[in-house]
Amino acid sequence: MAAVTLGNRLRPLAYLSPWLIGFAVFFVYPLISTVYFSFQRYDLFTLEPVGLLNYEYFLKDEAAWTSIRNTLWLVVVMVPLRVVFGLGVAQLVTRLKAGAGIFRTIFYLPSLVPLVAGTLGFVFLLNPSTGPVQAMLGAVGVRSPDWFGDPAYSKWGLTLLALWSVGDLMVIFMAALLDVPKQLYEAAALDGATGWRQFVHITLPVIRPVLMFAAVTGVIQTLQYFTQAMVAARVASGATDSAGSVFTPGYPDQSTLTFPEWLFQQGFRDYAMGYACVLALILFAVSMVFTLILLRQFRGFAEEEA
Amino acid sequence: MTATAVQGRVTSRPPAPERGRRGRATLYWIAKHAVAIALTIMFLGPLVFIGLTALMSDRQALTSQLWPTTWNWSNFADIFEKAPLLTWIGNTLMYSVLATAFMLLSSIPVAYALARFRFRGRKLAFLLVITMMMLPPQVVAVPVYLIWARFHLTGTLWPLIVPMLLGDAFSIFLLRQFLVTIPREYSDAARVDGCGEFRTLVRVILPMARPAIAAVALFQFFYCWNDYYGPLLYAGTDLDNWTLSLGLAAFRSVHRVQWNLTMAATVLAMAPVIVVFFFAQKVFIEGVKLTGVK
Repeated sequence: MAAVTLGNRLRPLAYLSPWLIGFAVFFVYPLISTVYFSFQRYDLFTLEPVGLLNYEYFLKDEAAWTSIRNTLWLVVVMVPLRVVFGLGVAQLVTRLKAGAGIFRTIFYLPSLVPLVAGTLGFVFLLNPSTGPVQAMLGAVGVRSPDWFGDPAYSKWGLTLLALWSVGDLMVIFMAALLDVPKQLYEAAALDGATGWRQFVHITLPVIRPVLMFAAVTGVIQTLQYFTQAMVAARVASGATDSAGSVFTPGYPDQSTLTFPEWLFQQGFRDYAMGYACVLALILFAVSMVFTLILLRQFRGFAEEEA
Repeated sequence: MTATAVQGRVTSRPPAPERGRRGRATLYWIAKHAVAIALTIMFLGPLVFIGLTALMSDRQALTSQLWPTTWNWSNFADIFEKAPLLTWIGNTLMYSVLATAFMLLSSIPVAYALARFRFRGRKLAFLLVITMMMLPPQVVAVPVYLIWARFHLTGTLWPLIVPMLLGDAFSIFLLRQFLVTIPREYSDAARVDGCGEFRTLVRVILPMARPAIAAVALFQFFYCWNDYYGPLLYAGTDLDNWTLSLGLAAFRSVHRVQWNLTMAATVLAMAPVIVVFFFAQKVFIEGVKLTGVK
């Protein structure tokens, strides 16, 4: 009998063990280690304690602040636009009578396109010399901006790319919209509320948690925004990064430099690993705040039974 | 069929006051579908132009013409001469397949324990899984890189594959969300029949969880197929260790090629994803729904 109880006690541990080891080796230990390295100067060869020097350097590091401003721009502009556009598309598709399935497939498809491939495609489409967008706008006499080559437009270029791949949000919003009880709309229709007023007074309040969830996870994802900015800058600048010649992210003019890019650049290109750990801890703190918001707001998310 | 029949009967002789409403409904119908078609052009346009450009001649790629004057299918052969694409595809496949297999092996038991077993700290463990899923990989990048450097595995893709044996937070989360929806009665019945906990998992739960397992496997596979940050960090400068994503990003500048060949390589990277999507669309859509809140 005792053996059975012990077995029951140990069973969860056995099933969880892969993750527990992973959590310890690839999260807890590195996190503590990151704090330790943030007080060191380390370039893979020499390790030297420098006290708060890395932290002081951060305050004076203009590129870091530029990257923070850029990341903030993406959070404030790109995330809301994606939620609004995703909701609009989802609302439309749920209302279609003919071909809803086909439209859903088509609208979802771009979100599966590999990030590097999609970004390359957009840099080509929007390039002002041979790009199809310029060709079409030129036909009606409009001059297309140099999307990925002009600091004033580069983040908008990335935003267009993000809106193109809005399909994942659309699918989540469609599921939420179809879950809104039909009776609510019928009751509202009896009261004479139609169209826009139904949307504002019934649809929005009912699906609000789903929208909030999408916004918060969108912010957390945007804090990691890396690949698209990196690839767009690299391809648009025409820089090579194989041997010798150096590519610095952010082209044009640091306008697409995001915080994770700067962390990567400092840690793994300039090998200022101690300083990169300071940046990592800042990223950790900010991401943690949003993760806690998520966990607090969406307790149902971690409920015992669905 | 019945719907159209009923509609047909109604439209054949509408009562007079109904006619205005019907007209407005028709307009609304047309407007909705017009917007949907406009959006279709927006969403498909980029893919179409990428495809068309991939087929242009070198000379035409220097112009801003939209339609290929000659169809250069040989572009798709030429790109293999410009860069070690086959090696990159092989590496990407190895990374994607092994990472997915390892992930399934390690994450299914974890998700099952979180969904089914009652033990102290279960809720905390799940909250930690969610937290790990949310935190950017860059947070612990430096010490993790140093771990792999100590094992002399930087410059290879192994640092991206091996950790999958220790579970993947996103997959654990998704599987757990599905497993909690399976009624306990099924596993209870199996236990009454004398099945142990492990056999219950393999014989009863796994077959029922097939859609969720398919979804996490596909997500993991494509995450790896598309991954750029991971290989950029670990694959190093030796082209023989690169993945398709890495090679693609450097393709145009390193190999000094025109847009047509760059777009041909882009099509090559997109094609498998699009093909699999058309065969397994439902799996994707159901999987994405699982990531949301209820």
